[in-house]
Amino acid sequence: MNKIYKHVIADIIRNRIVIFYTLILLLASLSVFSLEDTSSKGLLSMLNIILMIVPLVCLIFSTIYMYNSSEFIELLLSQPLKRNTIWWSLFIGLITSLGLAFFVGAGLVILIFEPSFLGLMLDICGLLLTFIFTAIALLAAVLTKDKAKGIGLSIILWLFYAIIFDGIVLFMLFQWADYPIEKFMIVISMLNPIDLARILILMQMDVSALMGYTGAIFKDFFGTTGGILISFGTLMLWVIIPFACSLRYFKKKDL
Amino acid sequence: MIALKTYLILFILFALSVPYTQANTWYVGKNERFKSLASAIQQAQAGDRILVKPGIYHEHNLIIDKALTIQGIGLPILDGEGKYEVLSIKASQVTIQGFHIRNSGISSLKDLAGIKVYDSQYVQIINNLITHSFFGVYIQYGKHCTIKNNRIIAYGKEEQQSGNGIHCWNSSNLQIQNNVITGHRDGIYFEFVTHSIIKNNRSFRNLRYGLHFMFSNNDTYISNVFTNNGAGVAVMFSNHVNMFYNTFHQNWGDASYGILLKEISDGIIQGNRFEKNTTGIYLEGVSRVKMNRNTFSNNGWGLKIQASCQDMTIHHNNFMNNTFDVSTNGTLVLNNFDGNYWDKYDGYDLNRDHIGDIPFRPVSLFSIILEKNPTTLIMFRSFISALMDKTEKLIPSLTPEQLKDQFPLIKPVKL
Repeated sequence: MNKIYKHVIADIIRNRIVIFYTLILLLASLSVFSLEDTSSKGLLSMLNIILMIVPLVCLIFSTIYMYNSSEFIELLLSQPLKRNTIWWSLFIGLITSLGLAFFVGAGLVILIFEPSFLGLMLDICGLLLTFIFTAIALLAAVLTKDKAKGIGLSIILWLFYAIIFDGIVLFMLFQWADYPIEKFMIVISMLNPIDLARILILMQMDVSALMGYTGAIFKDFFGTTGGILISFGTLMLWVIIPFACSLRYFKKKDL
Repeated sequence: MIALKTYLILFILFALSVPYTQANTWYVGKNERFKSLASAIQQAQAGDRILVKPGIYHEHNLIIDKALTIQGIGLPILDGEGKYEVLSIKASQVTIQGFHIRNSGISSLKDLAGIKVYDSQYVQIINNLITHSFFGVYIQYGKHCTIKNNRIIAYGKEEQQSGNGIHCWNSSNLQIQNNVITGHRDGIYFEFVTHSIIKNNRSFRNLRYGLHFMFSNNDTYISNVFTNNGAGVAVMFSNHVNMFYNTFHQNWGDASYGILLKEISDGIIQGNRFEKNTTGIYLEGVSRVKMNRNTFSNNGWGLKIQASCQDMTIHHNNFMNNTFDVSTNGTLVLNNFDGNYWDKYDGYDLNRDHIGDIPFRPVSLFSIILEKNPTTLIMFRSFISALMDKTEKLIPSLTPEQLKDQFPLIKPVKL
């Protein structure tokens, strides 16, 4: 396992796209923080990068990588290796290298310019979103044999989590404006990792606005240690469940 | 003729010397002639001075009905035993200085206080420590009174069981300076008080308002700090109230405001700092108030200005890091927002005159949506809300078209 894992990491880190991704993140984060007068505006831009760019890149890159290495996977399968081991090492290789790219490109810069709990929260959420969308990409790749379909599926998934889901939630909020649906909204937000990450960061960023009545209900949940732990637990589940599904499917898959 | 002049001069000299010749100093203490303050007050004449040695004095309700200067040495304690009003001042030109006054009674019927001034002028209350009292200092029908350097501390839990720190009713020309007030219902309460100055006070962790104004005209408050009060500061039904260089900090909660302005006219709000409040200023029915050179930073809402406000001029203020700079509840705008610095402004300045070339609309669509449907807060900072805000900036439909800064500043106002 160790050898395959090392090979995957070395392969991805040498990959021009990952280097490009790291550099773009670095450039964006540095310029965002040094151009704005206050760090809070920079943080806002970083928030958008983390919520939009990171999931997109992780999804597309991981999906394409899985398809491109299908011959390599077949080669590995001809060896006396467990399918479990191969899939695990591919996953760990991907999340290590993409996580590293995020941390070097954005995480360190955030921590340098905003050495606070908020900065830490942004970093943790960025890393978790990297893991989550890599796992989802693996699932998308293993579900469809056709490369175009697989990439299409991952783009649709990104669109759904980043935009469409929020649209549906907003629609629901207006439809049921007369009902006390605050607690229900907390549950709904657990169904989208991007929303969950956004709310966790929001709790640190807009603390004054959230002390209002409705905000207080969210604050009572997401602002407490228990709530933060549950949220992070949910985000971890978002890594584990898609990966476990993909692993199960890969084991049974007829290549 | 010369004789008459001499008599006159002698008479004037005599007349002038009367108060001085009779001014005595009396001592109160364990080893002094007077064991209790009450007996000393009974003995003393108007204009006398009473010095009180350290100790605990249980005087029940002390009534001061002569113009005396009563001074504590080493913070002697006057204890109201939780039953009495400690000091009742019913004469003009009384000075109370250097006492620790504690445990006044609690009564909603009589409004018991640590020190209560009835219908008097030129009373001075200086350097006292007032603890565990229902009302701290209470002035009714007072004129030209000074309340200075006092520390007024209570540990109230409920509004009903707690009075105000400094309560002034139907008074004028008061000076309230350098006091520290905490744990009361309202820190400072003004009702029908005119021509007064509130300066350099610190009012924090009070149950309701740090400062509460009702029907009080022509007053000025300067350089006060209001922190962490249940509902911030409220100024209602008054005119010509000026507010300079105060700090409003961390007033958190749904109905909590840095300042709540209701039915106010003709005031000046200048040089104040609003930091980390849920709402910096909430304005309702406010007219002809000038707001200059204030700083709003890290608030949930900088200004919540209702459509009932008119003829306000809001110039040269800095709005920085607020979640929402301005929100409103209608489309009618009768106020002027020109020439402020907004950190959310993303226009350009081609002719380099430090004024942005395109107007800035401080009201975002999302703040309007939030006003109607507060639960949507959970969608804040999502891509879809940003998209809606951008669209609204290009084609205003829901946000008031007239609410805009025609000359937004490129750089913050230096204060």
